[in-house]
Amino acid sequence: MNHDLSLSSAHVPVLRLGDVLLITLQGDLHDGTAEQLQRDIAEQIVRSPVTGVVIDISGVEIVDSFLGRVLAEIAASSRLLAAQTVVAGMRPAVAITLVELGLSLPGLRTALSTEAALGMLATASPGGPRREPR
Amino acid sequence: MSGTVAGVEARMPIRSDLDLVWVRQHVRRAAAALGFGLVDQTKLVTAASELARNTLVYGGGGEMAAEHVRDGRAQGLRLTFSDRGPGIADPERALSDGYTSGGGLGLGLGGARRLVHDFSLDSTPGVGTTVTVTSWAVRSPRQREEPR
Ligand SMILES: Nc1ncnc2c1ncn2[C@@H]1O[C@H](COP(=O)(O)OP(=O)(O)OP(=O)(O)O)[C@@H](O)[C@H]1O
Ligand SMILES: [Mg+2]
Repeated sequence: MNHDLSLSSAHVPVLRLGDVLLITLQGDLHDGTAEQLQRDIAEQIVRSPVTGVVIDISGVEIVDSFLGRVLAEIAASSRLLAAQTVVAGMRPAVAITLVELGLSLPGLRTALSTEAALGMLATASPGGPRREPR
Repeated sequence: MSGTVAGVEARMPIRSDLDLVWVRQHVRRAAAALGFGLVDQTKLVTAASELARNTLVYGGGGEMAAEHVRDGRAQGLRLTFSDRGPGIADPERALSDGYTSGGGLGLGLGGARRLVHDFSLDSTPGVGTTVTVTSWAVRSPRQREEPR
């Protein structure tokens, strides 16, 4: 099996905005990259707790059962680590397809944009208004 | 009503999860070239991703063939996923939502069938599995020239 290392080791940056982790997914995700992201998020939360995780998927053209399951598992493990996950910006074509596929992801919180997701987390957090990122 | 659309026909190996990325990219481009709308492209690419992953995970690898098919003025894309893996002993059960022999959600086969216009599964235990799907562009790109 010959792997293209430049692609298989592609790594999604996890940004910290105050007490929220922001992840922006783009293009076509390699399975290994999605699994790596799941581990990275859990490690980041353990290293320094956050109250929320926002995953922006507005740049993602398809979500199949594999990526859908990864998103649901990120939300489940973050919840166990006391952080809420919001998936933001799903494209309409992706939403229509996911429902027909049979994956309606009932446990997953969604928002139409990253701004809306950050707003949801700010009002949900007991610590009052979110610190403004600079 | 003849001539092929460039970049549609292909045979692609499915041997690693990187190949799944190439398969999805090819199906996306081929469907767009045949005039599929955005939602229909997304449905077909998603079905292809499910079937290619099954070929890789359960079939032990195989290939996808993409063909341009026509029915009158309608333009279609047919995708055939084949492997020489263990086969599927009970296709009815494999197609039902929620059945998985691995760690999946058991949605891939049944979901792919819902996402395409035609679906057929041909599998012989010990010999292998072939899944063929076809979807049609609702409007051919050439129909734009027609008076309305
Ligand atoms: N190419 C194949 N060769 C052998 N068995 C297969 C093949 N494709 C599917 N199967 C069998 O059919 C079952 C159902 O497949 P399906 O794609 O619906 O679910 P899954 O792959 O288990 O989970 P998911 O696709 O939701 O992640 C599989 O668990 C496997 O047992
Ligand atoms: Mg599957």
